[in-house]
Amino acid sequence: MSKVIVVTSGKGGVGKTTTSASFAAGLAGRGHRTVVIDFDIGLRNLDLVMGCERRVVYDFVNVINEEASLKQALIRDKVDNNLYILPASQTRDKDALTQDKVGKVIGELRENFDYIVCDSPAGIEKGALMAMFFADEALVVTNPEISSVRDSDRILGMLAAKSLRAIEGEEPIKEHLVVTRYSPERVNMGEMLSLDDIRELLGIDLIGVIPESEDVLQASNSGVPVIRNERSKSGQAYQDMVARFLGEEVPMRFLEVEKKGFLSRIFGA
Amino acid sequence: MSIFDYFRRKTAKGTAAIAKERLHIVMAHEHRTTKGPDYLPALKRELMEVISKYVPVSKEDIKVNLERHGDCEILELNIALPEGKEETAAAN
Repeated sequence: MSKVIVVTSGKGGVGKTTTSASFAAGLAGRGHRTVVIDFDIGLRNLDLVMGCERRVVYDFVNVINEEASLKQALIRDKVDNNLYILPASQTRDKDALTQDKVGKVIGELRENFDYIVCDSPAGIEKGALMAMFFADEALVVTNPEISSVRDSDRILGMLAAKSLRAIEGEEPIKEHLVVTRYSPERVNMGEMLSLDDIRELLGIDLIGVIPESEDVLQASNSGVPVIRNERSKSGQAYQDMVARFLGEEVPMRFLEVEKKGFLSRIFGA
Repeated sequence: MSIFDYFRRKTAKGTAAIAKERLHIVMAHEHRTTKGPDYLPALKRELMEVISKYVPVSKEDIKVNLERHGDCEILELNIALPEGKEETAAAN
């Protein structure tokens, strides 16, 4: 049975595309046939984060408008044969996405893939609604920051009311919380909302905590999902998240402040 | 963090608690106001169309409210007619 997972947040810039890229790469790396779709029509960026921007010929809107077949538009990942990318168009307007047409594409993908990851645009407009509409599960990406938490709460309300599962009265979308850019130091100082705070406010299960790290920027600079950087804490945290998603029990890591040496403690890192 | 940040840190302490408190309040409020059924805006629009066939009213003259009193929900329509008369209809 294939699964559709939307990566969403409401707020922009919290790490949806980074999370989509690493989550999809992680699933594929564990042998599952995975496709990741960029729903941000007009502002495509997943191709850059995945490092396939120069291989885009056809895009999602071409497929929607039947100007290209799915086979023509799907880009195979450069290192993982299980991973495909369906890029967003850069020029067309987002009205191209209609429920019927998106449903048809998702239906076709379901026949060929185990996991279909939908990278949602920011906001609560049509693109975001289309990205979540057919979802079976959702990764709600949230920063430990006041506006991100509020926007995630709005998105949770929409997942519960505006998805196909909600409308058809099926079992609701399974929601998972992903906290990104987490900084234990700042939480300890009382400057940043803690995991418990966020969980309590949003009331959904935590599936991953990605620590704030410069590796994320470096990974997107070079077009390699950060999960493939085995030495990176963020990469490892994404690996853990994927394992949990697949049902493994993995303890949360990187939640405590690292012990610093005497000199760096006195003079700053 | 270094010894130079030590004093500055004192003043910033506790803003996370303020954030949490503010979020609690604003989210509770939003749950009350945005959790209404989806058909309210459409209902309002269609009512407008029907009413404006007979009486010239504007959007602002129609108020549609759904309130919950225990087990029963009350749908309240409040239409201000142009002559200044007001008509209120209530239904379950």
